[in-house]
Amino acid sequence: MAWVNAIIQGILTGGLYALFACGLSLMFGVMKVVNLAHGDLAVVAGYIAIGIIFVTHVPVLWSVVIVVPIMALIGYVLQRTVIQSALDRGVLTTLIVTLGLSLVIENGLLQFFTANTRGIGPGMTLVTGSFTLGPQIEIGYLLLVIFAVAVAVLLGLQYFLSGSKYGRLIRAVADDKEAAQLAGADYRHVFGIASALALGTVALGGIAYGMYSSLDPTAGTDTILLFAFVAVVIGGLGSLWGTLIGGIVLGVAQQIGAQINISDEVLAGYIVFLAVLVLRPQGLTFRRAQT
Amino acid sequence: MSLITEATAPPAVGFRVTRSQRNVAWTGVVALAVVVVLALFPYIVYSGTTAILVQAFIVLTLASMWNLLAGYAGLVSVGQQGFLGLGAYFVLIMALHGLSPFAALPIAAIACGVAALPLWWLVSRLRSGYFAIATWVLAATIMLIIERFTSIGGGSGLPLPGLAGLSPTLLTAYTYWAGLAVTVLAMLTVYLLLRSRLGLVLTAIRDDEVAARSSGARVGLARMLVFVVAGIGCGAAGAVLAISQLQVQPEAVFTVTWTAEMAFATIIGGLGTIEGPIIGTAVYMVLQQTLASYNAWYLIILGLVAIVVALFARRGLWGMVDSRLHLRLFPVGYWLRSPNGDGKRGSRRE
Repeated sequence: MAWVNAIIQGILTGGLYALFACGLSLMFGVMKVVNLAHGDLAVVAGYIAIGIIFVTHVPVLWSVVIVVPIMALIGYVLQRTVIQSALDRGVLTTLIVTLGLSLVIENGLLQFFTANTRGIGPGMTLVTGSFTLGPQIEIGYLLLVIFAVAVAVLLGLQYFLSGSKYGRLIRAVADDKEAAQLAGADYRHVFGIASALALGTVALGGIAYGMYSSLDPTAGTDTILLFAFVAVVIGGLGSLWGTLIGGIVLGVAQQIGAQINISDEVLAGYIVFLAVLVLRPQGLTFRRAQT
Repeated sequence: MSLITEATAPPAVGFRVTRSQRNVAWTGVVALAVVVVLALFPYIVYSGTTAILVQAFIVLTLASMWNLLAGYAGLVSVGQQGFLGLGAYFVLIMALHGLSPFAALPIAAIACGVAALPLWWLVSRLRSGYFAIATWVLAATIMLIIERFTSIGGGSGLPLPGLAGLSPTLLTAYTYWAGLAVTVLAMLTVYLLLRSRLGLVLTAIRDDEVAARSSGARVGLARMLVFVVAGIGCGAAGAVLAISQLQVQPEAVFTVTWTAEMAFATIIGGLGTIEGPIIGTAVYMVLQQTLASYNAWYLIILGLVAIVVALFARRGLWGMVDSRLHLRLFPVGYWLRSPNGDGKRGSRRE
């Protein structure tokens, strides 16, 4: 039963990892940007939420409604200023600039908010509560909610990108930005919108992680960025549903690793990642010529 | 193992191809003099100064290696701290078995080069950004594996044994010389490598990978060689770090801050030039020393400066000097000199 529990917990944490990963995947898919500051921005979102809750005493979940638009705005501005000008200068510059952002954010948080770990909404029923599903299987409400949010976000993105007029515009720009430009689309603005969407999901990921575990300045790189990336690679580059599968595979691998030896949780995830890299470098869900 | 297919160019009448526009014999003499003076430092300056210089040597070695990776081979690695940590741990393991850490240093460096081969096989199929994070994941994986072994200190690390017999003065001097030797060797390797046939291939890859491939350059092989050389260099730097710190701690040697430092020193100084990492390391050391009492501020400023340089002065500080003076301390490119002029308007290939 312990193993069944590990797998169930793994699938549910996979939802959290998919939430981390979909912003990274979206930015790569549309702009070919690998945002090395991805995880740190998630931590920033979590810290903003903590700040808002502390100052205004709004209920924890209400902070989501405030933080997501803030991060989306930051995403748009960041894309239109720093990232776009880095993009114009090539892939190397994009990596350097986002790595620089990552270093600046992480050490800035360290400088102003110390290395202390902070949780979001500790003691809430949603965070601590759980229900049992047979012997040894205990499912936390929070993980279930996060999983549902992840699936909803992915469904929403999928519907938006394939069904809506604006989504078609984003896909057109992703395919060929010069051609889209000729057809009258301002690709820089579209990039900004895609980046805003990505950082909106990053905000959800940061807050979810702050509730599930706790945030500290290094969580962005040590955990969120690397797990997001591993989920993206396992699932297949540029595929939204692939990120969910990738997240679930990573989550299950970690929980099974933890079941074998409690300190091997993270290592087990990375070993599965390396195995995928060796055996199926195109990811688990790769299809040719997908948009 | 030929890296490029032979091609013979028709000799142009009256044109001369030279390595540099100015006579560079003096730079060789100056470089030698600088190394000799640096080697005498333990006799002249306080041990506090040599300790700072050892730190500079480590950063300069790392930056030179990262420059080779990103500036020439187009490999943006964010996982070089993996090799740094491996180098430090190899020294620790050999010291625990009774070998002197100084004797262990070269062996550790070579071992890192050997370790680079399977790691290259894992990450070589990924490009640009994905290569960057994959190397990062590799470094994190290496750390997690090392932390599993309690005999080498597990998650908390161990002090480095085998140096207790040396007097503090002698230890400081030996550490300094080891650091200097590693740096000089690293710079010399990069210089000779770039002047060789491999250097030509790397420069071609840096400028246009597709064109290099279609001209017969074996891009994959060249990249693998660079990855291995960078593994050896970063491993040697890690070994020096272990000796200078007298302890090895996983979180300290495997932190991504090392890669950020080597990358930003290179970017600020000038990516794709040998001189860049030297200038960048100087800037880094000045920042670090002046802001040392303000905790993380030097890293924040380093990151901001690197972003600004990457966006607005792409060739770095050395690039600014070079574009005005056409100066090369380490000439690795070629100049085409016209027969009538003194070379002032010669076109440059590098």
